[in-house]
Formats: sequence, structure tokens, C-alpha cells
Amino acid sequence: MSPKRGSIRRQIRINANADEIYALIGDPLTIPTWFPGIVEAKVDGRMRVIKTNAELEMPEEILTNDFISRRFQYKITSPMFQEHLSTIDVIELGPSDSLVVYGVDAVPAMFGLAIAGGASGALLRLKEIFEGDKNG
Amino acid sequence: MGRKILFVTTDQQRYDTLQCNGGLLARTPVANALASRGIRYERAIPQSVVCMPSRSTMLTGQYPTTHGVWMNGVPLPIDAPSVAKLLHDSGYRTALIGKAHFEPYFDPFMRFEENKQARLGTTPPGGTHRGFEHLEFATHGIMGGLHYSRWLLNEHPESLGGFFSVLDGDFEVSAQGGGECGAPQVKVNPIPKEWYHTDWVADRTIDWLNSLNQDDNWFCWMSFPDPHHPWDPPESEISRINWKDVDLPLGYPENSSEREAILDAKPRHWKMWYEGELVSNYEAPAKWVPKTLTTDQIREINARNAVEVELIDEALGRVIKAIESRGWSDDVDVIFTTDHGELQGDFGLMFKGPYHVDSLMRLPLIWAPAKNAGIEPSVVAQPVGLIDLAPTFCKIADIDTPDWMQGKSLPIGNNDAEGLDRSPVLTEWDSELFGVGVHLRTITRDNYVLTKYLKGTVHDGSEGELYNLDEDPLQRINLWDDAGYSAIKNELLTNLVDLEPPLHLPRIDLVGPV
Repeated sequence: MSPKRGSIRRQIRINANADEIYALIGDPLTIPTWFPGIVEAKVDGRMRVIKTNAELEMPEEILTNDFISRRFQYKITSPMFQEHLSTIDVIELGPSDSLVVYGVDAVPAMFGLAIAGGASGALLRLKEIFEGDKNG
Repeated sequence: MGRKILFVTTDQQRYDTLQCNGGLLARTPVANALASRGIRYERAIPQSVVCMPSRSTMLTGQYPTTHGVWMNGVPLPIDAPSVAKLLHDSGYRTALIGKAHFEPYFDPFMRFEENKQARLGTTPPGGTHRGFEHLEFATHGIMGGLHYSRWLLNEHPESLGGFFSVLDGDFEVSAQGGGECGAPQVKVNPIPKEWYHTDWVADRTIDWLNSLNQDDNWFCWMSFPDPHHPWDPPESEISRINWKDVDLPLGYPENSSEREAILDAKPRHWKMWYEGELVSNYEAPAKWVPKTLTTDQIREINARNAVEVELIDEALGRVIKAIESRGWSDDVDVIFTTDHGELQGDFGLMFKGPYHVDSLMRLPLIWAPAKNAGIEPSVVAQPVGLIDLAPTFCKIADIDTPDWMQGKSLPIGNNDAEGLDRSPVLTEWDSELFGVGVHLRTITRDNYVLTKYLKGTVHDGSEGELYNLDEDPLQRINLWDDAGYSAIKNELLTNLVDLEPPLHLPRIDLVGPV
């Protein structure tokens, strides 16, 4: 029996301009500022290596970084993952109103769940960054 | 000087594993002695049959719907209410030693406080964590980087490989069989008994107790990770119980046609799991099909489980002796329970899941009050819940029960006012995992157990279970559609509506595997 595939989606609505939000997400070096638990990111072309608070290094390949459709996709290339694709979409709902959707597909499924758990924290952090700035 | 509290929990232990509850396998003289001088509850019920929601209920005194931990993998908010905090704020010294599990263990981003704590030592930053001033965590074997596994890694690294590996080569919950019968999650573990987590939890508890001043009031939650699977107790202890001598459980219909007919009469996810078509609890090995379980495997698992129960009983005995040696015998309330049960072969199933029957719902609960409280021994037959523990701790400590607690102090006898005026007991299940949603609400009252299935992936919202515990203690005959029971069914359904707890908002995401 092959291992189970996990497909998980998390989303959050943020009172901020979609382009401004994507400007942060679309800069692959900024991930430690908005993804809790990631402490370091190095980028070399399409390859990014992130380091977590647990001192794990995860190599990633950036597959899509589209500032027009505001879509960022990356694949964790660590051999622990038989399959992985994370997709972040920033959808404009209004001039200062956006929906950020973070999708994770992975085999084994439990790794996908762990990445999606981190993504939940990242979405909350993004909301804090953009709405906190506005309120502050 | 007030009463001190030793709160002892185990993990995934059935009611009938203790001799004082009729158990025939494990020898449990320490628990028996507590029961004979204290109060033994014959129907203690969890508010969830999995670890994280149930443990969160013990700490908060709230239903899962209200504290928000609706399933394993959903973390309890750091600012959630805590009875330990109340006790600490009232002057109690507080410790949690052993298995906490208010947050997931699998934590590649190291986001959860309890995982971080193990790197920091035993004193939380800021002085307390959830009201505990002293923390030493353990779980089953060497999972995570908790205090026990760090200790083992530093002191006895050669023993790490002896434990069952919980994840298989595909990083899924392992169905690997072991022992003599290939039983799932059984392994021969050569670790010496003194290094096993049961003894470690008792040792650390004794050390902490010995660090206290004589006049301190204290609340110590001593939380053993066993007898939860995997079943890998120290090899030196396995010969205590020869699995070949173990009887099959009463809850296991040996004839497969009878067994499958019983499952067919229950809501469909029962048989679907049995056949390997649907897994709705991701703590059970995904690749294991219950139908393949053999009678010898059941015997061997139950023997290993009983060995683990005996080790816990002996470890508890050492802690009680240490308390006596401090001269605290008359001042300490001991409460012993667990978070939920284990199927252990009942209905041909193993582990746990959305199955609200006695295997998972009837728990050992013993309260041996401090001798100076002058409370007479008794046996309480009315259903009580783990939700009643936090108010009980408040009562022992002479603290007003806060409004946010949803239970009541445990009764001290069948005629106690607390016992006469009790609500039915509610148990909840909500799982939503990779496209499979299962939602149950169960009420226990007057020797009836009713479970309503809310709309889910394989349930349309009309299904349910109703058992008459007097006439059908093994819960084999589902009376849900029996017209002769429609009056009691409607009453119990009304109880369910009346008891619906307030919802935690916003809903907390499932953020990790167990």
C-alpha cells in the first residue's frame, strides 16, 4: 500500500492591498519575517534553503513567482518528501481587502499536515504584519 | 497547611485493567489500596476518546467544543484557562511530570511551547507554563525531543533503538508487527526497567517532591505515557504474564460471522474500518486492517498492556512511599485516572477512534482523599466525567470553582448532594482529516449511552447508537431504531441539545499530526 497523500488548504482574509501583501511573499528571502519557525533563508536562483527553529534545513525549489496573478509555488526537495507542492495565492477582494490562500500537497500526508500547520501560523503573522501596521 | 494533590494519569487505559475494577490480568495492589480507602467511580467518562482534547479537558475543566482542542493535532491555546494556574495563584507549588500533550509533538518549525521547553530545562520562562512551575515531559519512547528522550540520549544512548519505531519507512504510523505473533505495534525492548519512561516519571516526581518544603501545598500532575501503544515494555518484565495464558476479552466475539453481524448493526464507519476501507483516526496505523487481527495477537497485546499496567502500579507505589516518608500521608489527595480507553480486541478492533463504547469510554477513576479530610470510602455508580476533575481540585484546595469550568466536583458517594444532582455526561468526537469528516455526540445517563452521528463523510446525520448498559453491557445490540426505546431515545436526544457547550471561536486549525 502506498503512503497517503495529503492535500490541505488554509486561508485568511487580510485588510490590506493584495499587491503589497504579495510584494512580501514574492520576495523569497523575506520568509523568516512572516513564517513563524523559519529563522533563515538563502536563495540561489530558483533554489531556496530554509532553516527552521528546530535547526532543520529544508531545500526548496521555487516553481512559480508570478506578481501578476500573485501566485507563489514551491517544492520541498528534501528526500523525506516523496511529493510536495505548496501554493500561496493572494486574491484581491477590494482595494484594501485580500484573501490569502496557502495550499499544501504532500506525500507522506503527515508531513503535509506539519507544513500546513506552519502555514496557519504564517497566515496569522501576515495578518498581524499588515493589519498591525495599519492599526499602529 | 492545606491538602496536597497528587494527580496521576495514565494514557489509554481501560477500566477493566485494574483488579479493583474486576481486572484479571494485571496485579494492581497500589490502585486497589487507593480504591479501598477512597472513592472508586464505576462509570467515569472522558469528554473525548483521544489524548489532546481529553487532557485539555482535565486542565481547563471544559468540553472540547469550548476549549477548542477538537482533535489530536489541534493545540490548546497558551492562554487557555488552567486549573493549575488557579492553584499556583493560590499558593500551590505546581508540577507536570510525564506526558502533557496539549500541543503536537511533530514540530519541524519548533513552534510549540512544550517542545521548546524540553530544550530550556525544567523551569519555564516567565516562571510558569499553563500554571506549572516545574515541567519534565515524556512520551512513548523517544519521540520528539522531550526531557525523557533527551535524558535517554545523554545517559543511555545505547537504549534508544530498543523502542518501537512509531513511523514506518513512508513516515506513516507504523503497523509493524512484533512479539511472537506479529501483533501490530508490539516490540521486544531490551531497555532495563530502570530506564523505561514509567520509572523515569516516578523518579522525577519523587525528586521534585523531595525538593519541596514540608509546609508547601502542592499539586503534582504525574502523567505516565503507558499503557498507550506501542506495546514495548522492558524485555525483563514480559515474563510476568504469559500471553498464551491470556483469555480473549469478553468484548471479542470469536466467531467472525457473529462479529461482523454486530459491526453491521452499527453505523457504517465501524465495519468500514474493520475492513480497512476507512481510517478516521490517524493515530491508528493507516496500513493495518483490523480484520487481519488474530486471536493470538489480541492475547499478546493484552499481555503486554497488562505488564505496562503493573509497572505503572509499582511506580505509583514508590511515589506514595516517598510521600509517606515526607510525613505527608494524612495531607495528600491522590486521584488516579486516564485520558481514554483502548479497544484491545473488542469487536475485533484495536487502538481507538470514533467508537463511543465502554472500551474507550469507561475509565478507571479513583479518588483517595487526604486522610485528614475524613471522607468515608465508597463506590459511586453515577456517571461522572473527566470534566469534573478541575472543579474537584478546586474543592480540595478550598478555592471557589470559577464560572469557566463546566463540570462539578466529583461526588464522594451515591447519596452525596453532588452525586444526586448531576447532569448527564457528554462526550464529543470531531475529526476532519484529508477529506474524511466524522462527528459524534454522546450522552451517558441512567445506564444508557446514546450517540448521535452528525452529518459527515459517511454519515447522513440520521444514524446513531443506543445501548442499554444494564441489559447489554458489551454494547452489542444497537437500539437506535428500536421503537420500544423511542421515549428514552428522545429524552437523551433532548439532553444532548440542552448540554451543547459554547463554541470556541475562532475555530483552531489542525496544525500537525500527533
